[in-house]
Amino acid sequence: MTQALVSARGLAKNYGDFVAVDSIDFDVEQGEAFGFLGPNGAGKSTTMRMIGCVSPMSSGTLEIFGLNAATAGREIRGRLGVVPQLDTLDKELTVMENLVLYGRYFDIPRAECRRRAVELLEFVQLAERADSIVDQLSGGMMRRLSITRSLINRPDLLLLDEPTTGLDPQARHVVWDRLYRLKNDGVTLIITTHYMDEAEQLCDRLVVMDGGRIAATGSPRSLIEQHSTREVLELRFAAHDDGTSKHDVSGLGERVEVLPDRTLVYADDGEAALADVHSRGLQPLSSLVRRSSLEDVFLHLTGRTLVD
Amino acid sequence: MAMSTPGSVRVAFWHATAFRRFWVSNILASFVQPLLYLLGLGVAVGALVDRTPTSDAVLGGVSYVAYIAPGLMVTTAMAVASAESLWPIMNNFVWSKGYLGVAATPLGAADIVGGHALWMTARSAVTSASVATVLALFPAARSWGLIPAIGAAAMTGLAFAMPLMAFATTRKIDNGFAAMQRFVIVPLFLFGGAFYPITQLPGWTQAIIKLLPLWHGIELARGFTLGGSDVSTSLQHVAVISVWIIGGTILSYHYVRRRLYV
Repeated sequence: MTQALVSARGLAKNYGDFVAVDSIDFDVEQGEAFGFLGPNGAGKSTTMRMIGCVSPMSSGTLEIFGLNAATAGREIRGRLGVVPQLDTLDKELTVMENLVLYGRYFDIPRAECRRRAVELLEFVQLAERADSIVDQLSGGMMRRLSITRSLINRPDLLLLDEPTTGLDPQARHVVWDRLYRLKNDGVTLIITTHYMDEAEQLCDRLVVMDGGRIAATGSPRSLIEQHSTREVLELRFAAHDDGTSKHDVSGLGERVEVLPDRTLVYADDGEAALADVHSRGLQPLSSLVRRSSLEDVFLHLTGRTLVD
Repeated sequence: MAMSTPGSVRVAFWHATAFRRFWVSNILASFVQPLLYLLGLGVAVGALVDRTPTSDAVLGGVSYVAYIAPGLMVTTAMAVASAESLWPIMNNFVWSKGYLGVAATPLGAADIVGGHALWMTARSAVTSASVATVLALFPAARSWGLIPAIGAAAMTGLAFAMPLMAFATTRKIDNGFAAMQRFVIVPLFLFGGAFYPITQLPGWTQAIIKLLPLWHGIELARGFTLGGSDVSTSLQHVAVISVWIIGGTILSYHYVRRRLYV
């Protein structure tokens, strides 16, 4: 039995009467990519701040590297890499200055900071921008720089809070690729996201959070198997004059979700469900049979779509 | 393993690096501004003051330029340290979030507060040294006392920086900052004893001014440049200034910690 890198039991955080995180349990193992998936306000970032030892827990226990987060914050922080949701870079300084100054906070000698920075900038494809002022970088480059900065102390655990929020699709793929490589190099990652595709791409295991609680835990595949059907039939109907769709879809498949823009029919055989729809005389504008995704799991567990 | 650099020094170094591009323009400004005051007030108004029969009695027998010289050094340090302890603090919490970056590392609130204190000491000292250099150009103001007066100015700068850091840390938005400058810093500049003895003012005004650190800093510096100040009076000035520094530092630590680790 290997000891978990992060272990939380009954972990909770209140702000006055507001319960941000409501007594959650989870373990993150060495070398895995672990995700917190949930809508804004689910408690992901608060949990992340507690793991980062910048937010004292209200109750429960939290051990990181076998150390108590409540008392060994400084020591734990020295072994963490943190990529915050909003960049905390010095925008008026150069890329290299940012990295060296940050490395100094970990008491890494200046020359060593420089050496590591050169190596890391190569890794994130920013080597030729070492002397650029950060303000002149694109959003994707700044995020890559944030990741670079978080690696300057060679962390045992990397915390990424919504690493690709606000990035264009191409920039997201570059970030994902680098994170995937880090994972392959054995770096343990904890990622929060509200993007399903990000969770599916990066996470070996994840928890779905909602309202400060953990709604489900597992690998993306096992979550889909446990909480959704094999296939999903997506239907779009013409909106009626009063703006609502009135179609009798009840009883189709295993269950039906009527969303503002479309109707989802959960069924192991999507084509058979579509045949049912036609036999009822319903005429959708469009129909699509697809495999279940994490989004469907999320919808099922929290009763709503993932919107910002 | 080599002895590590204190965290506060590393934080101060960050501030100095971020300021690097502004050093030249800033030092130039600290030359030009006191020069204008010296010409406009010291020389022009001074010509009137020095001709007044009672001026010797009020100013203690020195020229007006010599009288206001330490005042210019100390008020300049106050102005710089105050401005640098309002918006830049907000910036590091809210806009650029530099302090949040520091808080994620082994460094913490004590290093952030200590780093700001070191940085403000350096800024106040460099600024008042620039003013001292300008003053040395005027024969009436020239004195070896300008050198220890830099220390008095730096202390006074810190006595404003630390309480204002605590104040800025408690604010969510910066709307109180302009008022702080308009209604506290500027009135102190005008009424704090830089340009005339505070005995010219009503008793209650004097009482308020004696509670705040500026007048003590100016009188301490004046003791150095004009001489004639006894040790116990100087120590009293140092004591009041120190209370503001220590109190402001303790409060800053408390509020920074509370704001970072929530």
